[in-house]
Formats: sequence, structure tokens, C-alpha cells
Amino acid sequence: MSTPTAVADITHLLERYAPEEGQGALMGLLQDIQEDLGYLPVEALEAVSKHLKIPLSHIYGVISFYAQFSLTPRGKNIIKMCMGTACHIRGGQMVLDEIRSYLGLNGKETTDDNLFTLEVVRCLGTCFLAPVMMIGNKYYGKLTTAKVRKILKSYQS
Amino acid sequence: MPKDRKTQDVQRIDNPKDLEALREKLRQRRDKDQVRIRICMTGCRAHGAEEILKAFQEEVGKRKLDAEIVSTGCHGFCAQAPVLVVDPYGIFYGGVSPEDVPEIVSQTVEKGKPVERLLYTDPSSGKTIVQAGDVPFYKNQQKVVLRNCGEIDPTDMLQYIEREGYAALAKALTQMDPETVIEEVTESLLRGRGGAGFPTGRKWSFARAAAGEPKYMICNADEGDPGAFMDRAVLEGDPHGAIEGMAIAAYAIGASHGYVYVRAEYPIAVEHLKKALADAEAMGLLGENILGSGFSFRIKIKKGSGAFVCGEETALIASIEGKRGMPRPRPPFPAQSGVWGKPTSINNVETLANVPLIILNGGKWYSGIGTEKSKGTKVFALAGKVNNTGLVEVPMGITLKEVVFAVGGGIPDGRSFKAVQTGGPSGGCIPESMLDLPVDYESLAKVGAIMGSGGMIVADDRTCMVDISRFFMDFIQDESCGKCVPCRIGTKRMLEILNDICEGRGTVEDLQTLEDLAHSIKDTALCGLGQTAPNPVLTTLKYFKDEYLAHIEEGACPAKVCKALIQYRIIPEACTGCGACIKVCPTQAITGEKKEVHNIAQEKCIKCGMCYSTCRFDAIEVNEKST
Repeated sequence: MSTPTAVADITHLLERYAPEEGQGALMGLLQDIQEDLGYLPVEALEAVSKHLKIPLSHIYGVISFYAQFSLTPRGKNIIKMCMGTACHIRGGQMVLDEIRSYLGLNGKETTDDNLFTLEVVRCLGTCFLAPVMMIGNKYYGKLTTAKVRKILKSYQS
Repeated sequence: MPKDRKTQDVQRIDNPKDLEALREKLRQRRDKDQVRIRICMTGCRAHGAEEILKAFQEEVGKRKLDAEIVSTGCHGFCAQAPVLVVDPYGIFYGGVSPEDVPEIVSQTVEKGKPVERLLYTDPSSGKTIVQAGDVPFYKNQQKVVLRNCGEIDPTDMLQYIEREGYAALAKALTQMDPETVIEEVTESLLRGRGGAGFPTGRKWSFARAAAGEPKYMICNADEGDPGAFMDRAVLEGDPHGAIEGMAIAAYAIGASHGYVYVRAEYPIAVEHLKKALADAEAMGLLGENILGSGFSFRIKIKKGSGAFVCGEETALIASIEGKRGMPRPRPPFPAQSGVWGKPTSINNVETLANVPLIILNGGKWYSGIGTEKSKGTKVFALAGKVNNTGLVEVPMGITLKEVVFAVGGGIPDGRSFKAVQTGGPSGGCIPESMLDLPVDYESLAKVGAIMGSGGMIVADDRTCMVDISRFFMDFIQDESCGKCVPCRIGTKRMLEILNDICEGRGTVEDLQTLEDLAHSIKDTALCGLGQTAPNPVLTTLKYFKDEYLAHIEEGACPAKVCKALIQYRIIPEACTGCGACIKVCPTQAITGEKKEVHNIAQEKCIKCGMCYSTCRFDAIEVNEKST
């Protein structure tokens, strides 16, 4: 993952959306930037503001409303721990607690070594795997506290 | 059949006659005796379906066999993942591993013989079952919406066309005027599958009658209910079914632009949808002057960004417009003033997937399925404490008991049934005494639950009903957009009370307060999210009051779930002193010499359950704290 500082990094993304589209293009553009850079750096948001002619404050309003946008850099591996109903009644909370304590997150989302970011999501729609998490694009199902430790360990070596 | 034909020989089709000719050609090319291996390549990917596919490709290639390997959408029986069916024999295999593939190829693919050890065993009779159609899970279903899921490769448009694909759109565009389309759908009595059950035909007629151009047709695929994955399966397994339904709806209301608003948590659905839209445009079944009818319609994908409230239609519209996804009061309804202030119809994926069959077979045919007021079938995502977790489609009016036990195969691990939860955070918990309830909009509403979008979560005796309502209230608190006071603050107060009860601080008066709050929120919240949020609490208070009282009066959680009210204990007779629990305990609460009985220091224990899930000798038990 690159650490972008220059606005030039997102020019090709801005070009996908015509300025006339205005606010209607905002979500798509933000999603593209986050996909490319891993998060939404303020320099990029300033460029978006100029390109679509939307005040930065409005953009911040949108970003803070939706759970998927992040204003800070995220870890190398994104853990999506499902907290849907099926996962809940099959012991998802215990697994989540274990992830937090094993990674020493103490209320943070990203580990100090930037190896993991933990996101709690409301249902991955794979309830037959409950309790389930994703790391990157890979699913890990039927988790137990012991199993999740082993899985996390395998990403650390 | 050549395997590389995928949309390669696709060319633009300008009229219904050419579409029929293409369909006829595809059908003639189909050899009924051809061996076809249909592998679920969507949900089953999480269970290694990609490795199975690779193994089949290698094995079939090595033996130079003439077998078609089809990557399909969801077969429904997710509990058996990864699943596959070998046609023309219809032989069903579940829980397959790559090592099993050579045997399946040498026996089933080459000789048409089943591999006995890999067949599905019916738990009730103990007998193996060869054919998919004979498996109880499938036998009790009726597939309308899921007609193509698991049957075709969803990324190959020609396979959809071969199975009557886009015939309904052609019929609507050339033989029916928009009003007739609406009449047909009205006559079918199809109701919205997103949850509320509003008559689809009526919704369309409002949008048709509304003044303003252009009009918009939106497919709501923001399947946010936790425990629901029906729309994901349809979009992944049969995206053209939803697209065709959308195009017919657009023709009916006079829309020229369409959006599919889909959850970003569904990457495979987005991928298949993108491919399907591009293929449909390339063939001229979307875009300018479709099938020479003069009707033009284009669809764009809008990805959600993780906000449950965006399933509400006015919030969804705000999100499409690039704003914070907050609902607004209705009227005006989207039919009058929707996206960018223009007339808009918003229909759910499953609703739209029903439409092509209604147009092809007629509204009368459709209204022949189901009950008096709830017609057709309903797809449910069956999950939780049930054996056959997966996707099921049943006719309306079937009883809950049939869904949970005949299709769902009952409760695992020898536990007993406690409740079934329908409708997610907006729905309710239905107790055992009501299992004979028919599944239809009215019956479910009468007992305080709702049909909802189709999530059906089964709870067993180890599920705490107070904890479940606390879970849903926590969800609502998290997802409340904060615009109106009843939802923002009222549900917060309800959550606090539920937390108190779960942690042993509740009082009997709290139950009355919960009920009062619930009714005020229902009456005064701005949108459907808030208005239905109290349902899980109200139904559990009604049917499981004894559990609330046990928490409050005895300080006990009968299901042994609520952490503050339970304790873990080592059973001395069963403990072998292996030390495994000592190793995993994160707080060093367990002590004991090797080969001697261990002990848990209660004051150090954080009840994480690590020891319980690690112990191989069942030597750790969970007790109510008071005992």
C-alpha cells in the first residue's frame, strides 16, 4: 500500500467523474479513492472538493456518516468480523473479544505495527459459516476463540 | 458444447424474432445426455469451491472427457458446502474436498455411478440419497425466484437466454402496453419482498401516473438485515433475472434510467452484476431502442458504504444523490418525488426477480401460489441453531414448523427449539407454541413479528432471549441515523435498560418502562427503522417474560449466555490435568499441576470461553452464578 501525499496520485480517479455530476458522483469517487489508497487522505479530499465543487465540510459529513470510509491509514490486513444475528447467537462476541485482546487493540482499530485493522461489520451474508470473519477476501468460518488465535498467528509469521 | 463460447458469439439483437431464433439455436445445441458438473462458486467459495473447480478441470482435462464444468450460483444447501451436482444423473454431493474429485470423475462423470461414501445421508432415516431432488431439504421447496440459481453460470448470459431469459421483456415490449404490464402485476397480487409488503402493481401505477421526466427505476439490493442473504444469492446466481425484472418495471412506469443500489459487502454480487449489465447492453437488451421497440433503458450500479438505514427508500435516494443517507418524512412519496426530485419506483431484488415469470405465465398463474392475501413464494435465509442452514424458497402459507423442521432439518446437537426470529431488527421472536403459524404477511404481523426481507434465525435453548433483544437494540443504536429523537434517544434508553437486565441490575419496573418506550417509539419515529425497532423487545417481552424475570428476580440467565450472570467451572471428575486450558487462558485465571485437577479463579475469570472451547474432555461447564 502506498502512502500518498501528492494530489497527483488521484488525478486518474477524478477523471472518471465529470465535474457536472457534482454531489451525485461523490460516493463513487470516495469509494474509488479508498480502494486505491486504502483510506481517504485530506489532500485527496481537497482535490475532490475542487473537482466536484462541493464544500469540504459536506464531504466530511458524508464520510463520517458511512461506516466504510476511513480518514486514517489502515493496516495491511483488514479483518472484517461479522456481528450479525447468526454470528451473535453462535458466539461471535467471544471471538471478537479474543481478536481484540490477542491483537492488543485496546479500543483502537489498527494495530501499532500496521499489520491488522479490525472492522466490525453487520452481517457478511454468509450465516452458514457463523461465526465468521474475513481477512482480505478470504473467509474464515465456524470460528472459536482458539481457532481465531491460530489464524491471526499465521498472518504474523 | 465449446467451453469458450462465453458471450463471444454475442451480437446485438434487434428484434424479438432474433432473440427467439438465438434461443432455439442454443437449445438445439444442448445435448441432453451431456455430462454437466454444476459447482456452486459463490457462497461455497468460503469452503474451498475454487480448489474443487480446479481439481475437476485438471481431472476432466487429463482424461480428455467431454464434460461441461459449470460455475454456478448458490444451490441453497449451504450447510453442506461445498456442494455440486452431476447431470444428467442429478447426483448430489456435499462437503466435497479436492481429494474426492478423481473418484467422482472416474465413477460419476465417466460411468454415471454415484460415489456412495460422498452421498448425502438423511439424518432422520440414516439412508443415503442419490438425487438432489430427493434430499428433504430440496424436496419441500418450490423454486420460482431461485429458478436459475445453481442451474446456470451467472456470468454467461446465453445460459440465461436458453432458459426463457428476456422472453418476458420481449413479450412486454412488443405485445403489451405499459398499462397492461401493470395490470398483469396487479392481478398477480405480488407484494414487495423488502419487508413491508406493499402491492407492487400499485407502486408502479403511482410512478406511472406521476408527472415529471425522466423517471427512475431503482433496484434495492442494500440487504442490510443481519442474518439475511437472499438478495445476495439472486444477484450472484442469477443477475439477469433481477435485471430483466427491472427493465420490465422501467417500461411499465416509463423510466429511462435505473440504479441498482447494492451493498459493498457483496463483492461477488457486484462483479456478476457488472458483467451482466455489460453483456445485456452489448446484446441490445438494455440501452437504446431495446429489441426495436423504441424503449430505452440504462442501468448504473451504486455501491452502498455500510449504512443499514439506506435500505429505507428515502434514505437510499439521499445516498444515491451523494448525501448522508438520512430518511425524510413521506409524503411526498418517491413515486412523486424520488431521485433528483423525479418520479421513482424502488423495488427489492426478490420482488423484481418474480416479475419475468408473472409476465410470461400471467398474473393468474402467480396468484395461484400462496394464500389469499400473500401470493407466490418467499425466499428465506435460514440460519442460527438449525441443521440445514442455507437458502430456501417456499410457497407462502407453509407453516413455520415445515420450514424449520422439514426443510431446515431441525435443531443440531440434540438441543431443543426455542424460537424463530423473522424480519431481523424490525421483526420478532416467535415461540414454539406458534410453530403452526402459516408464513404470510398477515399471520406474522398478527403475532408481532413481520415477514421482513427473509432472514429467519432459529434459536435453541442455549439462546438467551433477553440477550437477543439487547443485540438487536444495540444494532439499532449503532445504525440509527440520529435524525429523529424517538429513534436516536429512545432506543438508547431501551438499550441501557436491557444492558442493566443482562448484567443483573434490572428491576421489575424496568419492564413496564421498556414497554412504554417501545410503544412511543413505534408511534413517533420518522422512518421504518425506528418504527419497527421495538419489535424484538415487544415480542420477547410477550412470549419470553419468564426469562426477563429470571434475570431480574433471580439474577440468573437460564440459557447461560449473559456473562455477568454465569461462571465457568471445572468438573473435577472429568479433568485430566492436561494443561490445555491453562495455556489458552488470557488472564492466567486457571491453575493446577500437570495430571492434577485444575481450578478456575473466579475473580480473575473474564468469561471469554477460551477454556471451554479448548477442553477436549468436556471437563468445563457453564453454570448460573447463583448456583
